[in-house]
This record gives sequence, C-alpha cells and structure tokens, in this order.
Amino acid sequence: MPEYNRPTTEEELKANFGQLKPLMNATMAYYESSRCLYCYDAPCVQACPTGIDIPLFIRQINNGNVDGAAKTIYDSNYFGNACGKVCPTSELCEGACVYNKQDVKPIEIGRLQSFATQQAMASNKQFFKPGRPNGKKIGIIGAGPAGISCACELRLLGYEVDIFEAKSKPSGLAVYGCAPYKITNKEIFEEMDYLQGQFGYTIHFNHPITTREQLDEMEITYDAIFLAIGLGATNTYNLAGVDLKNCIGATEFIAQLKIDPLNTIVGKKVVVIGGGNTAMDAASESARLGAEEVILAYRRSKEGMGAYPFEYVLAKGAGVKGVFSVSPVSVEGKSTVKGIKLIRTEEDEKGYLSNIEGSEFVVDCDMVILATGQSKKTKFLSMIEGLKIDKRGRIKINSNTGQTNNPMYFASGDAVNGGAEVVNACGEAKNSARSIHRILLKHGTMKKKDQE
Amino acid sequence: MADLTTNLAGIKSPNPFWLASAPPTNSGYQVMKAFDEGWGGAVWKTLGVPVVNVSSRYGSVNYRDKRMVGFNNIELITDRPLKDNLREIEEVKKYFPNNAVVASLMVETKEQWHQIVKDVQNAGADGIELNFGCPHGMCERGMGSAVGQEPAVLQTIVEWVMEVAKVPVIVKLTPNITDITEPALAAVKGKADAISLINTIQSLIGVDIDNFVPYPIVDGKSTNGGYCGPAVKPIALNMLKNCAQAPGMNLPISGIGGIENWRDTVEYMLLGATNVQICTAVMHFGFGIIRDLTSGLERYMDEKGFKTTAEMVGKALPNVKTWENLNLKYKVTASIDKDKCVECQLCYTACEDGAHQAIGLPKDGSRVPYIIEDNCVGCNLCSLVCPVEDCITMERRDDGKEHETWKEWMTEDKAPTTFDDDRAGGKHHWVPKPTDALKH
Repeated sequence: MPEYNRPTTEEELKANFGQLKPLMNATMAYYESSRCLYCYDAPCVQACPTGIDIPLFIRQINNGNVDGAAKTIYDSNYFGNACGKVCPTSELCEGACVYNKQDVKPIEIGRLQSFATQQAMASNKQFFKPGRPNGKKIGIIGAGPAGISCACELRLLGYEVDIFEAKSKPSGLAVYGCAPYKITNKEIFEEMDYLQGQFGYTIHFNHPITTREQLDEMEITYDAIFLAIGLGATNTYNLAGVDLKNCIGATEFIAQLKIDPLNTIVGKKVVVIGGGNTAMDAASESARLGAEEVILAYRRSKEGMGAYPFEYVLAKGAGVKGVFSVSPVSVEGKSTVKGIKLIRTEEDEKGYLSNIEGSEFVVDCDMVILATGQSKKTKFLSMIEGLKIDKRGRIKINSNTGQTNNPMYFASGDAVNGGAEVVNACGEAKNSARSIHRILLKHGTMKKKDQE
Repeated sequence: MADLTTNLAGIKSPNPFWLASAPPTNSGYQVMKAFDEGWGGAVWKTLGVPVVNVSSRYGSVNYRDKRMVGFNNIELITDRPLKDNLREIEEVKKYFPNNAVVASLMVETKEQWHQIVKDVQNAGADGIELNFGCPHGMCERGMGSAVGQEPAVLQTIVEWVMEVAKVPVIVKLTPNITDITEPALAAVKGKADAISLINTIQSLIGVDIDNFVPYPIVDGKSTNGGYCGPAVKPIALNMLKNCAQAPGMNLPISGIGGIENWRDTVEYMLLGATNVQICTAVMHFGFGIIRDLTSGLERYMDEKGFKTTAEMVGKALPNVKTWENLNLKYKVTASIDKDKCVECQLCYTACEDGAHQAIGLPKDGSRVPYIIEDNCVGCNLCSLVCPVEDCITMERRDDGKEHETWKEWMTEDKAPTTFDDDRAGGKHHWVPKPTDALKH
C-alpha cells in the first residue's frame, strides 16, 4: 500500500497536501511568542536574508499589536507571508535561534510570521502607499519574488513601474515552484493582490520579453531596467530518451501540479533523478499524487545531496526511497517511459565522480522526473549589450548595487544567484531597488537616448 | 521522616498548610473536599452579617503566557446566612476532628462581636481569625482594613473578643499601612494569641483601554480591589520580617501572601511564620496542589535535617539586617560559563543599558559575552536576566578578611558627607564618555 492514494477531489488533494506550517490560532501565537527571549543583536535576524527584525515582531504579537508585527515584517520583506511559509526556516532563522544551544525547541518563527501577515492581509491593512511621483520610470522583466519586491520598493520611492511577465500570474516560482504542502496558490495570490493594491505597479501578463526590438523599446522608455528573469527549463544534459512520454523536468512537473493538480499525470512507479531540494519536492509530490513507488536516484552519496536534510526527511515521510551513487544513462522505452538505465558511480577523495564500468542496470518505471537543475537564460542575456555572465551562466553584478556591466540594467534573484530561496530574491531585489534610486539620483537617467 | 504537624498558638493541624479565608472556604463542601485531599486547616470565609456581592468580581495580571501572577478581587465577606455556615462548620469538624477549622469574623458592634464569637465556638471552631484586612467594600462601612489601619480601634475590638473567646484568636492584618508593626503590636496589647499577614493590597488591576474602565467591570464602572497572588509575596515577606523582628512581638505568625509551592512555604517559615495560608494558588489550580506542597516540604526538611516544622521558624531572621550593617568590603563579580551560554546577549544589553557597562562582546564575531572585571560592581543583573540555569554565577572576589559597614564609617568619619566628596563610591568607577553612546 502506498502512503497516499491518488487524489480525485479537492478534499482529497487538500488532505494529501496538508500544510507543513498551518496557520496558528491566536492562543498558539500567544504562547509561542511568549517564549521568545528578545535576544540582543539576535542571531535569527542575522540568519534572515531580508533581515526582518524578528524579536521585535514576536514581541509585538505577544503584546497584542499584531498589525504592528505585520508592518515590521513587510518593512523588510514584501513576501512576508510567503516566506513565513516556504522559507527553510530550520536552516535560517529557526536554525539560528539560541534555544537550539540548550536543546530547547526553537521559536516557530515562520509560523508566527505568517500569523501576523495573514491577519494584516485579511483585514487589508494599508501599511504602504506609493511615494510622491518623481517622474521616472523603471521597467522590470519578470514578476517573480525579485521583480515584485523591486517594484514595491521602487513605488515607495516614487517611481512608475511596469513589470513584463511571460506567464498569466504573478509571483513566479513562488506559485509555479513551491511545493503545495508549503503554501497554497490562494495564499500566494492573496499576498500578490495585497501588495499590488498598496503599491500600484503595473504588470503586463502574458508579455514575454524575448527580442532585441522589445529591449530597444524598453531602453528608450525606462530610466533603468531590472532583470528578474529567473531560470529556464530543466537541464536534460542530452540524456537519451528524454523526449519519451512521461519523462518530464521537475520544474515543469511542479508547475503543472501547481496549476492543475487533479489532472497532473503521475506514474505508478516514478524515478526522480537529482539530490537537490527540487528533487525532494518532486519525489514527495509524486507520492502525494498517489504513485505507488517513488525512487529518488542521486549520483553521489546521501550526505552529498544538496537538499536540506529536513527536505529529505520530509520526502522519506511521504514514502520516497533513496538510491545513491547512481547516474542516469538513458531513459528506456519506445514511445513512453518503461524504465531508466542507471550506472553505479564512485567518488574519489577529491570528490571527482566516475562511473563504474559494467555496472549498468535498469529500473523499471513508468515515469521519470529530472530534477537536474534549471538552465540559464543565456541566449536572452546575450542580447543585452555589455552584460556579462559568469562561467555558470549567472549574471555578473556589482554585489553592492545589483548593477550589471551594462549600467542601465540591474538584476537580482535566481538569474544572479543561480537558484536560491524566495527570501534571497526578495532581499537582493530590495537592495537593488535602493541602488537604482541612489544611482538615478546621481545620474538622472540611464536611458539610451540621453546617453547618446 | 519529617513531622509536618504544626501548632499555632494552640491550634493544631496535621501540616502547616491552611486554606486562607477566601472563596475556597466559602462552604462546608469545599473545606471537606480540601481536608479529604490533605489540607491541614482552613480559615472559613469571613462570617458576619451576610452581604450582597456584585457580578464580575476578579481581575488578574498575566505575565506573557503565565496567568494570574497577580490577582485582584472586589468580593466581600460571606453572602450566606450565619446559621448555614455554623451548621457546616459543625459537620466538617465531625468528619475531620484533627484538622484546624478557624472562623474568620468581621462585624461592627461589641454585641455582634460577642455573639458571633460565642456562635462559632459553639459550632466547634478551633480558633478565630479577626478580619481587619479587607481593603475594599467592607472598609467603606468601617470594617476590615479600616480597623487594621487604626491600631487603637484594633486593640479595642481585640479586647472585646478576648472577653468571650475560649479558643485561640488570630488577628489578620492589612498591608495597607505605612508600618505594619503598629497594628501588630496593638494585637499584642489587646492580648490576641497570634497574628496573620498579609491581607490583600489595595489595587486597581488594570484598565480596559477600549472603554476606559478599570477591571473588573461592573456595568461600565469599577472600584478598587484587593491584590494577591505570586506577585505580592515579596511585599508580604518583608512585612512578615518586620513583625517577626519587632521588639515586643511575642505572638506566633501565620503567613499569607502569594504562597504557591513548598519553596514559598519554607521561605515564609524561615522568616518567622509558624504556618501558612493559601488562596490564589488554589483558586488557580485547585486543592490538588496539596500533594506537591507536602511532598516538597517533607523532602526539604529531610534533606536539611529538620525534624519538626517549628525548628525552621525564624531561621533566616538573624540574617536580615538594616542596610547600614552590611559589609561594604564584600565583593562579587559575574562569571559566564562559556559552555552553557546560548549567546542571546541579554546580559550584555542589560548591563550596557541598565547597569554598569561591565560586559563586552568579542570583536571577532563570536557571540559569547565577557565580563569586564574592573567595571563589574557585582549587582547580579546579568545573572538574573540570563535564561540558562547556572550559566552566569556571582563569584566572591574579596578575601573575606575585611568587614566594614556604613554604620562604622559614619562613626569613624569615613563616609562621604559633601556633594563632591572624594569618598563617593562611584568616584573611581569607570564610566564611558556621554558621546561614546553615539558611536554605535
């Protein structure tokens, strides 16, 4: 018997994808907030990529000023609610909580954070309003966490902001990539509406920027351009058989699951290739969709996985089995997936990996999910004059300002950091927005015609 | 095995734990239930001419998630007819002859006092407690704390009572007075057998900030109440000490005020209480706490070698001195156990902002604070804010050979006497420059 049955109704779906960090009730929030020590120069704040004043907002919750708590959170992070739910808190704020040092349960910071922000959202508390118009316009490509965060901050500073988004919904990977047991779509979109209602930026949906002509137009329209383009499709590394039916990239699989979960196809026996957090999510999600057997295959040892330990524990809890030190050779099958050929690997002292000759074997399965990382949008980036990328395809920026080698362009998020958490994108983008402001104050504009 | 029996001025009980005169002793049912669970005695909810109470009577101070660290009530004495209470006292005594039943009384005239004392004695009460303490409601009618605040009146009423009393009489004192030893000594003069303290402290427990009315709210209005619960213990302990050390005080004392566990009980006894009375803790947790009270007290007495409760009484009194008799040469400084430190830096910020800037933070980014020995005045603050058990301890630094007191200095002209005296205690103590505050 699998851990989960195939969900056929919204109810069953909800049960299979129960929230990891459910909303606290007021009593829970009160008791939990009572435990906070109010540390000086608190380690939890230092561990937060957006530097939220955590002891302050917890104290505000405890003293009955929940709206004040939400304001404290949003002052540092516009994705306050989403981050409370999707952040790997045990690796960040909660992992840094001083209670850990005496084996006392750390404060549930993420849940307290969402407790405050959800209350503010529910009552549509208006904490922010756009700054006095300063006559300048910024174009943003991508409405993910980086794009939206940058937009909010710029609106606060009085800029007019246009966001161009290829998809039909905002928030990028927050909605298309975050596991449904971490956050619901409804919650994400509520926060997106809440932010747009306060800041009033414009998002042009279904409006991908893909051509040089579009960029030309943007370069003469906007005083600066912010790249929040994220990453592309799953890397397939030219693996044989990837075009077979039921062989899918993890990013694509998760995106489909997030938009239309009841119609997302999952095999009876699924093999997930990869050892990162996305692999854990895809494996766990396959199990929760009713796959009878889910195998996670990773080319290095269990300890070598990039995923956070808690993510692997979570996947195992859903019934996922791990197979380690195996590398994919080919996806087997004629028109649809029938199996995957793997080869055993060994790692030398320096960490170099090599295949063990003659150790190939085939695992029968009817679905393969590749969680082998997302590709970089290097082709698009090559259209931007002077813009530099590093060896791994990441946009090079001045780390203080977020400015690229083309002074008109700034960038943050996955396209710069190579793929990290929502909270990283939010923090980076907010900083970039402030840099854009500082630099424009000095130079007036970065517009092309003005420079010529 | 320690013997927990106690004897307060002739009132014997199987252990020192009595229920104080309050809602938990409102009826025979409650007292009988308490005795059945192991309580040693009970002071019946004050008898007198029955009152009419208001609805909405209590309020509390919560500290974060801890409920009722302070408690306030505007309830009056019993609202039940005297004959019902007398019948129930008689019945309780029939079932529990070895437990102490003390009748708390509050009436106005000499005739009423004589009558009610006789009535409760006839019902079988082992003792009488005169309620001269209630600071709300009854005092407006010239009773309760109105009596406790006038030593001469108190003495007169005690004398009336003693004219007819055949059982021991305890005088319960109000803390709502500048010097509690004055009514205590008036009780001695009136020939009472014991005193008990403290009754509740006059209080406003808090304000409903939406409607601008203090709690508890009675149809949009409020009034002051009486404050009790764990928060009042330190005030009660000090008054207990004052009475126990007062010259001429020769009566045993029943201790009341914020007692919740065996440790509180021991503290009261060490400062001179023969037994203790408990109310708020029972109103919060029920009679069941008696098992923790007795087992904790027994274990403590066994560990310390006390065979009877009487041996403990007043043991700490010789160690309570006036300030001028404390040793000015004694010196402690704080010491942080690096292995236990959780790096919250509460000690740092407490000392930095609230004390003497005697704790520093490492410059290398590590987080365990260190003590700046030269600046540490040994105030204890850091050890009090530290959330880890035994992490910050105060270590003795003087050699123990010198002993000088302010009192001695005054006679030897060694104490500062002028505003800019060179002998000022803080004269040579380092403090940062005011503008250093802006460097951060």
